[in-house]
Amino acid sequence: MAHGNYSYKPTNAFMKWLDSRLPIVRLVDESVLKFPTPKNLNMWFTFGGILTFMLAVQIVSGIVLAMHYVPHETQAFDSVERIMRDVNYGWLLRYMHSNGASMFFIAVYLHIFRGLYYGSFKAPREVLWLLGIVIYLLMMATGFLGYTLPWGQMSFWGATVITNFFSAIPLVGESITQWLWGSFAVDNTTLQRFFSLHYLLPFVIAGVVVLHIWALHVPGNNNPLGIDVKGPQDTVPFHPYYTTKDGFWIALFLIVFAYFIFFNPNFLGHADNYVPANRLVTPAHIVPEWYYLPLYAILRSVPDKLIGVILMISAILIWALLPWLDTSRVRSNNFRPIMKQLFWILIVVIFLLGYLGAQTADDSNLVFFGAELPIGKLLLSQLLTFYYFAHFLVITPIVGLWETPNPVPESISKAVLAKKNGGAVPVAAE
Amino acid sequence: MGAAMTKLNLLVALALVFGFADKTLAEDAHAVKPPKQMKWSWDGPFGQFDRQQLQRGYQVYKEVCASCHSMHLVSFRNLSQPGGPEFSEAQMKAIAAGVQINTLDDKGEAFDDKGVALQRPGTAADRFPSPFSNELAARAANNNAYPPDLSVITKARPDGSNYVYSLLTGYSDPPAKFELLPGLYYNAHFPNHQIAMPQPLATDDQVTYAPNAGNPAATIDQMAKDVTAFLTWAGEPKMEERKQMGVKVIIFLVLLAALLYTAYRQLWKDVDH
Ligand code: HEC
Ligand code: HEM
Repeated sequence: MAHGNYSYKPTNAFMKWLDSRLPIVRLVDESVLKFPTPKNLNMWFTFGGILTFMLAVQIVSGIVLAMHYVPHETQAFDSVERIMRDVNYGWLLRYMHSNGASMFFIAVYLHIFRGLYYGSFKAPREVLWLLGIVIYLLMMATGFLGYTLPWGQMSFWGATVITNFFSAIPLVGESITQWLWGSFAVDNTTLQRFFSLHYLLPFVIAGVVVLHIWALHVPGNNNPLGIDVKGPQDTVPFHPYYTTKDGFWIALFLIVFAYFIFFNPNFLGHADNYVPANRLVTPAHIVPEWYYLPLYAILRSVPDKLIGVILMISAILIWALLPWLDTSRVRSNNFRPIMKQLFWILIVVIFLLGYLGAQTADDSNLVFFGAELPIGKLLLSQLLTFYYFAHFLVITPIVGLWETPNPVPESISKAVLAKKNGGAVPVAAE
Repeated sequence: MGAAMTKLNLLVALALVFGFADKTLAEDAHAVKPPKQMKWSWDGPFGQFDRQQLQRGYQVYKEVCASCHSMHLVSFRNLSQPGGPEFSEAQMKAIAAGVQINTLDDKGEAFDDKGVALQRPGTAADRFPSPFSNELAARAANNNAYPPDLSVITKARPDGSNYVYSLLTGYSDPPAKFELLPGLYYNAHFPNHQIAMPQPLATDDQVTYAPNAGNPAATIDQMAKDVTAFLTWAGEPKMEERKQMGVKVIIFLVLLAALLYTAYRQLWKDVDH
């Protein structure tokens, strides 16, 4: 548990005065600076910090972009180009923002799968995990809305395809879709409301992030061993230990980010989005941004639109059931010989789904590195979708009951000491 | 950036190269031929444009392409900005003044009393004028095809610079049995191999390069390279500034990471973890 022996002592008369009226310095001191953090966290635990940083990058660059951007169907495309050409460092802002969205999603996926691997979703962190899913859903919505704003071909047709999902809802689908559009098709009204919502949602995200961190600070961080903190000997204060360690990883992350901004700014985008939106010309191949590709493959794996949409949404919502589907006594996959392998299989399945999501939607055989595989794309995506759901709904509960986990160390401090002395890890008494 | 392929096109290219190369491509005469992979002066993290090449490229655009294609995002003043063709201020103003721009008179009229459009000489602030007043007029003059605006064309096609160069040099006679629709031209780099654009660079010396020291002969290939360079710059006029800043930022971040790493190792020295 996260109860340290630290407490805040105001150092001068003014701080004492303030502390008895608005204990904000105490809050920061106790919940950030001195926050007792397990001492065995590895690099996978820095993505929370990276995500907070990236949210700030998106909000700051976005606010300045919004000062120059024109949300109108006849001017949006040119206004983005004008930002790139005529606004001082506008190219930097725009490439920060467009590549920032991708980096944000890279970080959130690593963050989520870190949680999956180390069992961070398990009791007592269920609410923390659920809030994380809410943040992810809001990010998906924000990224989609933002991608429509430059009003290129992919913006327009992506928005058309995605909003059309709602028309799959029986009876009221058509009305809901037109209500979202504010019109009878994606047009200027749609662009303007998407801009308004794209501006709004990141601040909603920031709000949920506060709840997320609050929910983190009750049980404290999970850690690679997945065992509870037993006392102060298991932790270090967040500052300066993790500010420097996370700072180092953030700097490495920024090097990758900077590579994309400065040397390959359009690599993660799609050339068609530099063609202005044209409702008369449908692009040969409408693909969403890379971060939606696995979901897109799940959507297309069934011919029925309604079922496809339901599957796609369930693919995320199923994560919300995970704390109750996982029956294992042990959190970390480090001590789960079978689940550990199933975890990596799941990752491969998701990558394959992502690959299929980028392919043209026909049922030709899959061509993979030159070899034509004897399996149709449709069948393969159906099998993978089936496995994806089976992993959570069937495999996870059964393996949790049936697998014998390896012995778990008694405490973090004993485990790290043993590792240092090269001895056997002391095991908790059963 | 010019040579950058989106990951998707990389996959498509891989599928093409490995998957279809031996069998499908031979069978299906309509598969698009992948762009030729060229070496450009602006490739790589330290790449820069060749000023003389951009100036020649502008000349090719102006004398050949501009009769069909607009470039409405580019202004004359851009021609003398750092990182571009870097014409002198005087040269740039002379270029602008040599172009007639539609205008309004004091009463806001666009035409004189005989219905002729009012015009004035261009200034540095003007954007390149468009050859047609609207899309319908452009289509009417081009066999119902629309010559796209070329301002960002190298970003609007996968592997854009290589693609534009390959397209310009990719005209040939159609293979036997190929059914070319009337008014279209055979080009293996264009989808379906038929394009409505007649071969724009058709003979050597179509454009007369100034006999400056260092200006190469105006072969078709050279003109295609030069205009591709110009279009790449026009699509990304801040590329040099971007790459130069990028080198500094990466150096800074590497130093910062090294510093934080040392601090973190130093701090954690006495903590078992
Ligand atoms: C006679 C008019 C004409 C001239 C001159 C001309 N073009 Fe075109 N261009 C067209 C037309 C028409 C199209 C549309 C072709 C189509 O869609 O089939 C086109 C299309 C293009 C395309 C887009 C191909 C694609 O992938 O969609 C490029 C790039 C291009 N032209 C470059 C040039 C360049 C560079 C020059 C000057 C060297 C030039 N054009 C000169 C008429 C012209
Ligand atoms: C969660 C944070 C955010 C994400 C993930 C995000 C994502 C995106 C994406 C993917 C684009 C399209 C980029 C492109 O291809 O050009 C975009 C554009 C844009 N965003 Fe955001 N954004 C975020 C926050 C914000 C905020 C807070 C604002 C405004 C206050 C904003 C304003 C804009 C504007 C004006 C554009 C259009 C300009 C452009 O396309 O570059 N964004 N956003």
